[in-house]
Amino acid sequence: MGSGVFIVALIAAIGFFLLLQAIPSLRVNHANFLFSGIWETGEPDEMAFGILYLLWVTIGTSALALVLAMPVSLGIALFLTQYAPRALARPFAYVVDLLAAVPSIVFGLWGLQVLGPALLPTAEWLNTNFGFLPLFGVGNLGRVNSTGTIFVAGVVLAVMILPIITGVSREIFARTPMDQIEGALALGATKWEVVRTTVLPFGRSGYVSAAMLGLGRALGETVALYMVLSDTPFMPKLSLFDGGATIASKIALDSAEFNNPISSGAYIAAGLVLFALTFVVNAIARWIASGKQVKS
Amino acid sequence: MIKRSAAAALALLTGTVLAGCGSDPAPQGNFRPTPGVECGGEKQLTAEGSSAQANAFAQFTSAFLAQCMENNIDYNPTGSGSGVEQFTAAQVDLGGTDSPLEPDEIGPADQRCGGNPALHLPLVFGPVAIAYNVDGVNDLVLSPQVAAKIFNGSITKWNDPAIAQLNPSTRLPDAEVNVVYRNDDSGTTDNFQKYLSAAAPQEWTQGDGKAFAGGVGEGKAKSHGVSDAVDSTPNSITYVESSFAENSRLGIARLDSGHGPVELNTASTKKAIAGAEVKSDRPNDMVLDMEKLYATKSPGTYPLVMVTYELVCSKGYEPGTAKAMKAFLQVAVGSGQDKLAETGYVPLPEEFRGKVKSVIDSMG
Repeated sequence: MGSGVFIVALIAAIGFFLLLQAIPSLRVNHANFLFSGIWETGEPDEMAFGILYLLWVTIGTSALALVLAMPVSLGIALFLTQYAPRALARPFAYVVDLLAAVPSIVFGLWGLQVLGPALLPTAEWLNTNFGFLPLFGVGNLGRVNSTGTIFVAGVVLAVMILPIITGVSREIFARTPMDQIEGALALGATKWEVVRTTVLPFGRSGYVSAAMLGLGRALGETVALYMVLSDTPFMPKLSLFDGGATIASKIALDSAEFNNPISSGAYIAAGLVLFALTFVVNAIARWIASGKQVKS
Repeated sequence: MIKRSAAAALALLTGTVLAGCGSDPAPQGNFRPTPGVECGGEKQLTAEGSSAQANAFAQFTSAFLAQCMENNIDYNPTGSGSGVEQFTAAQVDLGGTDSPLEPDEIGPADQRCGGNPALHLPLVFGPVAIAYNVDGVNDLVLSPQVAAKIFNGSITKWNDPAIAQLNPSTRLPDAEVNVVYRNDDSGTTDNFQKYLSAAAPQEWTQGDGKAFAGGVGEGKAKSHGVSDAVDSTPNSITYVESSFAENSRLGIARLDSGHGPVELNTASTKKAIAGAEVKSDRPNDMVLDMEKLYATKSPGTYPLVMVTYELVCSKGYEPGTAKAMKAFLQVAVGSGQDKLAETGYVPLPEEFRGKVKSVIDSMG
């Protein structure tokens, strides 16, 4: 009880601190904070900053990561708990967990040097075949074959959140009541039907929570994206091949030159938005998890 | 491809590790002692500021430790802004900054020195390279005007007549120019833009500042981010401290300021520094007229260099601190300069060094 109150108070204090530091900067902001993408914070008397482009890149990379990582994690978790022989499942699970222990700067380096160049043919293929959709059109970097796009960053993030989603879902799938599984088997269900009728309904809300944990990591990921993403002076075109910066990577980029509280307040205001965003994401996750829970 | 990338990744890692070692204040190499230095006084000096001079400062520290074993100085490379702030607040004994104090910062700085003038000592110079990676081009000459047009997007093709005119014997590809810039606020960007404003005022109207204002290209974080991006992007160009361009084996453009192309090397950058003029009207203060330096047209000079000043008090330190500070600065301008060229900086030219030394010797 005591520690619960303490944590709630702590989070409220963080939010309060962010707000307190952000207000003076927001007051002298010459741009619309929510609906502008301009970011000029060098001169305290000519502050103009807006969150829009940062928000797009933050949400774009995280959403792509989630779309890529969720099905793969589901497959791995089901395989490890339901299909794989024990002798294989254990070392396999260790390897997946090991991915979570790789520092994000290594992921960044890998994304920049290895994965990025390797993904370029895929990017070009997507652009050639689906380029009529804005999402796959040429972005604000002016070329598809850059390694600093939302596309590359999203794939790097997907690999980073994969072990989290897999790990949590695996634990939940493994706790499917044995009598339910045996019941299904007794009714003549195939392995896949057992998964569909018992494991998945039982684990669904846990799986969604796992995905949200992963999303939380993706939204706040800093160093890897700081290394991978290319910035650009142009407006995003809502394409996967846009460049830019996420809220967190933008803060990391400029933190070395925070010279006065008014300039840094702009970044704190951006941090506040990220803080609020994670709250919204969590609320949605809870709503999904509770709404779709099977009635037993 | 993967093999090459892995090698590059390894090189990057090693580079980081080595750079990490560079800031280790343990004595490294042999430094000849600087004559006429009186060690002693305060044992532990503190300094903070510009990260651009971090590796040069490590050299100074090593030379200082080699000569004055009882003394030490600690440099915290947190950025020019905090260097000025911490110096003015008397939190550190020395501040390192890439840009001189603003007029309204001078008063508080003097106050910190007990009413005695605070001094700018230009001790560290770093050349900035215009680095490129263009298919089939091994030698590229640029004028400040053409460089300005490339970096503000007026020139978009490598075979643009303006570039071709400067490179008559080079076959330039019919390809888009990919400009790469620093997307973190940096003194390199600031100095590069100041250079373009001074040397090509008609072409570069974007002004200066720590954020790139050219309005084109792709931004990458930090010096190794941009040099890496140029390395992996065909037909790209950037501006970066010369040591990074050399480490990534990028092409470095020769600059033609009006008297033929000049290569970036120690001699041509030294020549630029030797011609630097002091613009401060306060006695002994050595704020340099970088605008004039950047606009220089004298032959054989490579003017694209950035300067880092050490902010110190002319008088007004505690007696022990004053003694140790004087000894440190004497070593820094003496044997501390010996190995700067190996770390990617330009050692001070003889005559310039004499001027700085006489200022240091006059400190109380």
